[in-house]
Amino acid sequence: MSLKSGTVWQLTAMLIAALVLLPVAALVGFALQGSIGLWPHLFRNVLANALAQTAVLLAGVGTIVAVLGTITAWLIAGFDFPGRRLLGWALLLPLAVPTYIIAYAYLDILHPVGPVQSLIRDLLGYDSPRDFRLPDIRSMAGCILLLGFVLYPYVYLPVRALFATQAANLLEASRTLGAGPVKVFWRIVLPLARPAIAVGMALALMETLNDIGAAEFLGVRTLTVSVYSTWINRTDLPGAAQIAIVMLLIVISLVLVERRARKGQRYAGNARRLLPLSRVRLHGPSAWAATVFCALPVLLGFAAPAAYLVRQAWRRFVFSGIPARIWVEAGQTAALALIATVIAVGLGLLVSAAPRLHPAASTRIAARISTIGYAVPGTILAIGLLPVITFADRQISGVLGWFTEAAPQLILLGSGAGLIYAYVARFLAISTGGIEAGMERVPISLDHAARSLGQKPSGVFRNIHVPLSWSSMAAAGLLIFVDCVKELPATLLLRPLNVETLATHLYGEAARGTYEDASIAALLIVLIGILPVAFLSRSIRA
Amino acid sequence: MRTKLLGLFGAAMLVQATTATAEELNLYTTREPKLVEPLLESFKTDTGITVNTIFLKDGMPERIEQEGAASPADVLMTVDIGNLVDLVDRGLTQPVQSEVLSAAIPENLRDKEGNWFALSLRARALYAAKDLDLTSFQYEDLAKPEWKGKVCIRSGQHPYNVALTAAYITHHGADETKAWLEGVKANLARKAGGGDRDVARDIMGGICDIGIANTYYVGLMRSGAGGPEQEEWVKSIKLVLPTFENGGTQVNVSGAAVAKNAPNKEQAVKLLEYLVSDAAQKIYAEANFEYPVKAGIEVSPLVGEFGELKVDSTDLTAIARERKAASELAEQVGFDN
Repeated sequence: MSLKSGTVWQLTAMLIAALVLLPVAALVGFALQGSIGLWPHLFRNVLANALAQTAVLLAGVGTIVAVLGTITAWLIAGFDFPGRRLLGWALLLPLAVPTYIIAYAYLDILHPVGPVQSLIRDLLGYDSPRDFRLPDIRSMAGCILLLGFVLYPYVYLPVRALFATQAANLLEASRTLGAGPVKVFWRIVLPLARPAIAVGMALALMETLNDIGAAEFLGVRTLTVSVYSTWINRTDLPGAAQIAIVMLLIVISLVLVERRARKGQRYAGNARRLLPLSRVRLHGPSAWAATVFCALPVLLGFAAPAAYLVRQAWRRFVFSGIPARIWVEAGQTAALALIATVIAVGLGLLVSAAPRLHPAASTRIAARISTIGYAVPGTILAIGLLPVITFADRQISGVLGWFTEAAPQLILLGSGAGLIYAYVARFLAISTGGIEAGMERVPISLDHAARSLGQKPSGVFRNIHVPLSWSSMAAAGLLIFVDCVKELPATLLLRPLNVETLATHLYGEAARGTYEDASIAALLIVLIGILPVAFLSRSIRA
Repeated sequence: MRTKLLGLFGAAMLVQATTATAEELNLYTTREPKLVEPLLESFKTDTGITVNTIFLKDGMPERIEQEGAASPADVLMTVDIGNLVDLVDRGLTQPVQSEVLSAAIPENLRDKEGNWFALSLRARALYAAKDLDLTSFQYEDLAKPEWKGKVCIRSGQHPYNVALTAAYITHHGADETKAWLEGVKANLARKAGGGDRDVARDIMGGICDIGIANTYYVGLMRSGAGGPEQEEWVKSIKLVLPTFENGGTQVNVSGAAVAKNAPNKEQAVKLLEYLVSDAAQKIYAEANFEYPVKAGIEVSPLVGEFGELKVDSTDLTAIARERKAASELAEQVGFDN
């Protein structure tokens, strides 16, 4: 009986992995269709610089997100200071701002003809930007700062969820034994948080690696930009697929190295009821320092660009009101994102539970494979999905052809199901990663106890894994929903005729330079992103 | 929520299911919705044909390729000669014979077999600071040392710049083009990047004195369509139509083709014919500030101010052929680094 049930889990995990693997396999297929003639040119002219820029960008963004995400999470979870409750929630807000919007907003705000520099010139008595101007934000440093300040919530969210549900007893014990806050942070907090930091950093860095919008605005040339040049300007899809796959292999090996380094470090709590951490009240300057430290990322990553958008959108609203169809687009955006989120969280839960319920190489590998969709640039993954979706469509039409003369064609692609597939394949990494990190803290002895009390694996799943993963599921769902709302390249390529989302609307305006028209759509993307943040921050706090 | 989702899916399925009816056609376009919509609305008023659209960017040919025989695409609309030739090379178009199209579009702006047709022209122009004493300019001058630290331009890998570089190759050969790119790179005031409008903004911001960008952006910015800020940016610049030493101004096209597996071919041809009608060509000229392909249609007054456009005589398909070489040259000289 248990063998049979194990097989079911094995099959489920492998099926989910196959969903993500198929588009990547299609990319390998594309890559093999071309020659390797591209590579000598790449080695001579491109790789040295692109690799260096990519490495600097990743190192910079990685440092900022790790430092900001971990310290803010620790301050919010472990201390009391003015504004803590509000900031605990507000620290998630930068998630709602897509990187391409923040890059555009800051370029405008900080440009020599923008408000900030104009004010400085007025104060200093200069007439023209030709006499005085600040360094250009369009630089590697600018790109690192901007991306760091919008992507740190990928670290903040899982680390805070960890502090909220776990680790209280260890922390209390070390405090009781007289360890000071600095020592507690280095000896207890960091090692405990490491899996969550790693998961969050991996997501933020993959987002950085695959970013094309902000990089284009800010003039940073990463490897991803080379993929695009090869594909678009030289119509060399095989060559582009080859670069994308090499990049994917690099990402996978980095993730594996990190996991190996972490191997054997398991910090599961014991099976007793988990107590919430009691917060230490800060006083005087240290309390205000904590407030400022937590407020800064909210101001830079959210408040400033959001205020800019509100101002732009207001002008547009006064000028021509709200375009009627924007509500339809908002509804379509939210509906597509919601369906994809539910599916991605469900599949992520199944594939993370499988290795516990049926410990075998197959289930462990399936869980790893299910996360690779995030490591491929969005458009490239979408290109890999095209043959997969259209193949399935032809099979469906073939079957329908037995029953009806005029069988509908391209049902998946034409209904939006293909696009939802793309979202799931791309963002499954977020739910698998987050839920796995959450489960690592659930002692395996709980599973064993339940099994010895007569529960089948499905019972363990229902009664142990689902309830104990609730907060990590909520966190993952939040990230995925917001990511779907912001997603542009796959949406642009795979949506049905006559369907626009807010992101594609925004892109259509921005591509034509009518940014003012786009500002209402941009603001709505941010607002829709805020809704789940508000809703879910409660369940994460619990 | 559930009914809403079903509604979304139902609507999408309906679109898919009704693509075969006679009064509709399906347009795949990389041109932005705001530009295409007025054309399609007036087409519908004229013919009663509803146009379903999808606005795509990268990957349009791949999508049509994978949709294969079942593809609902009837008309494919895009910019840049390279993209048009690419559609033909991949076998995604079909030849169209139409008296109307042949009469309206000059021979060098359409495919001999009727696989693609240009619908509008745009020129790669020089934006210069208003107070600069400059009334004529040659593309070759961009590499001259006198402009060191004074030039702004978008990525050397952007299709508009790739086409300019490709045109340079047809005039001067690959070696000279490489030297030219190196010279331009050495003159840059900031990293190559951003968009064409940023050239105007950066000139106003004192970052550079001259830059390369398309003609129609000046019209768009001056008209106020891009908002009051862009009207300010564009006040600080003037536009000069540069030429090659031994030639004219480099132009590129926007155009369209009928898809190979078009389910509504008849309607598709009607749309193309409509797009070269006087009414549609006026929309291209007045709403998007492009040069119409059809003789006798006035350019917008804002575009007329640039002076007479002397189009470079290089064959467009020759430029398309040099695209790969141009893109690789830009990487060889590290133009964007």
